[in-house]
Amino acid sequence: MIKRLLCCLCLAVALPVAANPFETTLKNGMRIIVKEDRRAPTVVHMVWYRAGSIDEVDGSSGLAHVLEHMMFKGTPSIGPGEFSKRVAAAGGRDNAFTSRDYTAYFQQVPKEKLEEMMQLEADRMRHLNVDPKEFAQEIKVVMEERRMRTDDHPQSKLFEQMNAVAFQAHPYRRPIIGWMSDLENMTAADARAWYDQWYVPNNAYMVVVGDVDHQAVFKLAEQYYGGLEGRALPQRRPQTEPQQQGARRISVKAPAELPMLVMGYKAPVIRDVNKDRDPYALQMLGAILDGYDAARFGKRLVREQQLAISVGIDYDATARGPGMFYLFGTPAEGKSVADLEAALRGEIVRIQQEGVAEAELKRARAQILAAQIYKLDSMFGQAMEIGGAESAGLSYKDNARMIEKVQQVTAEEVRAVAKKYFSDDTLTVGTLDPQPLDGKARRPVAATRH
Amino acid sequence: MKRLFAIFALWCLSALALAGVNIQHWTTTGGARVYFVESSALPILDVQVDFAAGSMFDPPGKSGVAALTRSLLDLGAGELDENAIADRLADLGAGMGGGADTDRASVSLRTLAAADKRGPALELLRLVLQSPRFDAAVFEREKARTIAALKEALTRPDTIAGRTFWAALYPEHPYGRKTSPEELAALTREDLQGFFQRYYNVRNASITIVGQLSRQEAGQLAERLAASLPAGEAPTLPAAPQIGKGRTGIVAHPASQSHIYVGIPAIERGHADFFPMLVGNYTLGGGGFVSRLMKEVRDKRGYAYSVYSTFAPLRQPGPFQIGLQTKRSQAGEALKVVRSVLDGFLREGPTAEELAAAKANLIGSFPLRLDSNRKILDNVATIGFYGLPLDYLDTYQQKVAAVTAEQVKQAFARHVRSENLVTVMVAAD
Repeated sequence: MIKRLLCCLCLAVALPVAANPFETTLKNGMRIIVKEDRRAPTVVHMVWYRAGSIDEVDGSSGLAHVLEHMMFKGTPSIGPGEFSKRVAAAGGRDNAFTSRDYTAYFQQVPKEKLEEMMQLEADRMRHLNVDPKEFAQEIKVVMEERRMRTDDHPQSKLFEQMNAVAFQAHPYRRPIIGWMSDLENMTAADARAWYDQWYVPNNAYMVVVGDVDHQAVFKLAEQYYGGLEGRALPQRRPQTEPQQQGARRISVKAPAELPMLVMGYKAPVIRDVNKDRDPYALQMLGAILDGYDAARFGKRLVREQQLAISVGIDYDATARGPGMFYLFGTPAEGKSVADLEAALRGEIVRIQQEGVAEAELKRARAQILAAQIYKLDSMFGQAMEIGGAESAGLSYKDNARMIEKVQQVTAEEVRAVAKKYFSDDTLTVGTLDPQPLDGKARRPVAATRH
Repeated sequence: MKRLFAIFALWCLSALALAGVNIQHWTTTGGARVYFVESSALPILDVQVDFAAGSMFDPPGKSGVAALTRSLLDLGAGELDENAIADRLADLGAGMGGGADTDRASVSLRTLAAADKRGPALELLRLVLQSPRFDAAVFEREKARTIAALKEALTRPDTIAGRTFWAALYPEHPYGRKTSPEELAALTREDLQGFFQRYYNVRNASITIVGQLSRQEAGQLAERLAASLPAGEAPTLPAAPQIGKGRTGIVAHPASQSHIYVGIPAIERGHADFFPMLVGNYTLGGGGFVSRLMKEVRDKRGYAYSVYSTFAPLRQPGPFQIGLQTKRSQAGEALKVVRSVLDGFLREGPTAEELAAAKANLIGSFPLRLDSNRKILDNVATIGFYGLPLDYLDTYQQKVAAVTAEQVKQAFARHVRSENLVTVMVAAD
């Protein structure tokens, strides 16, 4: 089945040559990765910096993200707000995102506008203005973003608190958006220092996917990014998380109706694409538990036992820092978080004792294989996949190999990781304890006036 | 392999008359409307079947029927129970999606295009449309889950603001009716079956097909899908919404931010003022980082992370809406700024420079609207469902280019009357 599908893929997709994507490295150390995709006359251009919240220190949480906002505030040649104006005039869409591991900027444009985007992006890589007045306005915007995403969002708050407890030494304990107090005390000089430290070509890579010729893009990259000077990066300290020795429990009170349970187990991530086995087996375990509506969690806990309104897992096998395998859910009416916790544990125990069926593995493989084809429908998604692997210290070239490795996982390996990583010693449990919106009534009363 | 997709074969940079997509349209023997775009670059097939079966057709006192009916379709059909359907789809690497909004209930299928995959996947789609089981136990469980999720949503300031806003805009129209835990609790399985029998029929269906398939295969596919549906009759639309007096609704909530909505029922799909509204709204609050609202509320004052204006043309006049969230202590000030930006725009319309910038983006970004099968499917399904002209995409850029500042001003004056605006604030001090 695998062979036939892959063959069909080769025939159907206009892959110019087997080398696609193509890559080169500029003299200043900046890597350039280009994937030709000629389906439509558009292109996505991204520049990724290996600087995320993982690189922040205490007292300056949220700095990577604040700088992302400041990157739209102009250079000597481009006024504040002018960047987005130029992208819009080119018929483009632009934005940026900050994660634990990286900060990335992108524009989606008609293909003939790629050069202008590269020119703009190269300009702000080394020539940003960090104006104190602009900073003073923008930091307020970021605080509003924090209120919206976290402070008024009970489930996000729970995850923020979970991470703050699950990690003690490693910077993953700090929220990407930053603690409010750190935002309140951040200065334009902090943002400037961050920019000077990390925004250099040797800490960046460009990803382009679209209707382009890679040689032409390489030339443009040399023209616009090639002249920027590289600089030695600060030392990155490992800040290794000590071995957790015993379960940790937290609860968060917030205005809500339903409780929520999150169980996070420390788990490995892929460091050596070829030698590692366990992260792939954990990915397969995730697919068997929660890969589709009638996978084990949905079928047994939501549908059959009706213990939960919803259940899920979250596991990312690639990251710069340490990994976590999360189980989470919301109990059904009349059930408690304790009931749900027992049930989630029960599903892990079942796999520890009985293993998984070959049919489950086969089904997960079929879904993974199909997803490989569906992902080609999105240029943005393809660029994200390339950039994501690179951000975790792997290569985009590893993506196909990593998928192959998941396909090769055996039932015994799934059982082995279920036994190995789901111990109480490395567990952090968080519960959302729902509170009424005010001290008295549970439901708000609407008053209307003219 | 051709360098360019067939659908972009007519692409020409110098002309404004760009071909959108080549939509082939026909009607099945039974009368279902079919819209087909052949797209052979990827071995993928997308099929979406849309019915005029959204929440606007919920019978009075039974709000929530449309959404629950849709959600139960693929949870058991014919001989297959909900798990058997999900297992078979997963085995095929296929996925079913869709949902119900105010106007439309959709069932969509994405499958690999290879015959041994798409054949069985399409049979599952047919089964789900033809003979959903509405199993009693599944119905009770899904009802309980829906009620729980709604109770949770009703604690959220954004949900409360949205529901209050729609209720205030549409006091006498079904668009304003939102379901409650109590109404949901009173629903029966027979309510869902009755709704399904009334609205899921051939006359009420449009079928959109995008992917690696020949015209002949698409014809057979559509015929087979449509043949599984009863003939039925088209829905009766409620009386158009009336525009009431302007008013302000305040809802107490402990959130740290106020959620503010300002708006009014505006235009329906296919309205002659669509393009002037589209171009004008880009300048006011639709154009992301470069809109007037963004500049005044976010960039200059740091009042909000997100502030926008939008208008949603529906089967009947859908809302024009401005939305933002801001620290509750400054909600009053932020609202003043919003009103001043809106009033200024209504008074003067866009400047020549703004008009040119709006057109440049809307025209220039057109290829980005159609650069994946998924986007093509969304666009074509909307054209089909609302009966928009088949050349809607082909003429899109020309129509944007032809809009004048005066037309924008007049269209906004007609549809966004200051004195009729409804304002909703949740969690304001």
